[in-house]
Amino acid sequence: MIKVDIEKKLRGYGGQQVLKIAHDFPAGSITKIYGPSGAGKTTFLKIIAGLTEPDKGKIVFAGNTWLDVDAGISLSPQIRRAGFAFQNYALFPNMTLRQHLEYATNDSQWIERLLKIGQLETLTTHKPDYLSGGQQQRLAILRALAIKPKLLLMDEPFSALDPEMRSELIANLQTIWKEFDMTVMAVSHDQRELDEIADAELFIRS
Amino acid sequence: MDLTPIWLTLKLAGITTLVLLIVGLPLAYWLSRGRSIIKIILEAIITMPLVLPPSVLGFYLLMAFSPQHGIGGWLQKALNVQLVFSFPGLVLASVIYSMPFMIGPIKSALQQLPVSLVQASYTLGKSQRETFMKVLLPNIRASVLTAAILTFAHTIGEFGVVLMIGGNIPGVTRVASIAVYDSVENMDYRSANAYSLTLFCITFVMVVSVFIFNKYKAKSPLE
Repeated sequence: MIKVDIEKKLRGYGGQQVLKIAHDFPAGSITKIYGPSGAGKTTFLKIIAGLTEPDKGKIVFAGNTWLDVDAGISLSPQIRRAGFAFQNYALFPNMTLRQHLEYATNDSQWIERLLKIGQLETLTTHKPDYLSGGQQQRLAILRALAIKPKLLLMDEPFSALDPEMRSELIANLQTIWKEFDMTVMAVSHDQRELDEIADAELFIRS
Repeated sequence: MDLTPIWLTLKLAGITTLVLLIVGLPLAYWLSRGRSIIKIILEAIITMPLVLPPSVLGFYLLMAFSPQHGIGGWLQKALNVQLVFSFPGLVLASVIYSMPFMIGPIKSALQQLPVSLVQASYTLGKSQRETFMKVLLPNIRASVLTAAILTFAHTIGEFGVVLMIGGNIPGVTRVASIAVYDSVENMDYRSANAYSLTLFCITFVMVVSVFIFNKYKAKSPLE
């Protein structure tokens, strides 16, 4: 279970707004997070991962306090180790596809399995510049999974995939999520995009 | 032509570049992260040699290094080290004088990398140091090489600061730029030309190398 109760002022083109979320995410759940552009969906994921600080609030993951602004507690992203698939992929230009996974884990069998899931086995020596958008997006998801996180955060994770690839990948991901009992939060601007995989939802309004 | 000034110049430029690589990389990284008033002031101080006349910088360094004042006095008493009119003093002055040429390009390259690269590395459990060594540094390699070559070439071309701090001691502080000046003063135009041509050729090759390297290698990592 992850209990989140946070508040953060956001600055946007339309002036200042407040991102205020109080929500419990059951362990092993797959939550679809949706809402209009600029509502703070990405910021919310980054707050949970420890990449951005909220103004107020608490985050408790499986009984461990990750964040308590009043008590001055904020665990680093390295300690939280939440898998994060970034919207812009955030791939390392200097690393090949395989090196991305090797940077995250030493488990070579796990790497082979991930490559198979992403159907990227033939592209292991390619750097991001030489991968298509869809291949880059799959690599971003696989890299986040490589650390076998208990919590997986995905920002618009399937936006660059064709329907067939998307269905196959999702089926494989669901197996892995179940196997490692991962709690998953996936952001989408499209309310219906993640309907088939989510068992819970959170709407963030602007 | 006495080759000692050329050798001394290359030695000074090499040591200065090496020291600035060691000091400059972490300093540029620190400066590239966030903007505090302390960082702004420090960056302004680092940039001053670009806009100050070398003689002004040389004068203040001479005052600071002098055994009668501040740091120079302390070094003389505590460690028996003399900076004025010595090679170590020249190195220290050159490090200060050439610092903007090392810090500027590296800091700018670091700032151009998307912040999400660092964030992605952190979420994989990697430390700040590991992220710098394995993610940031390899992606700014071209800028680091450019900065190192520019620092080397700029140090070769020093005159004002070197003259103020080192004077003209053959074999110790008489670098090639001083040798040119000295030769002209003595109406020895043949030696002046030989030193000048050597300096011109060395720096020309280095600057051309930077341009060629940048043409093929130095582009934004995300291009």
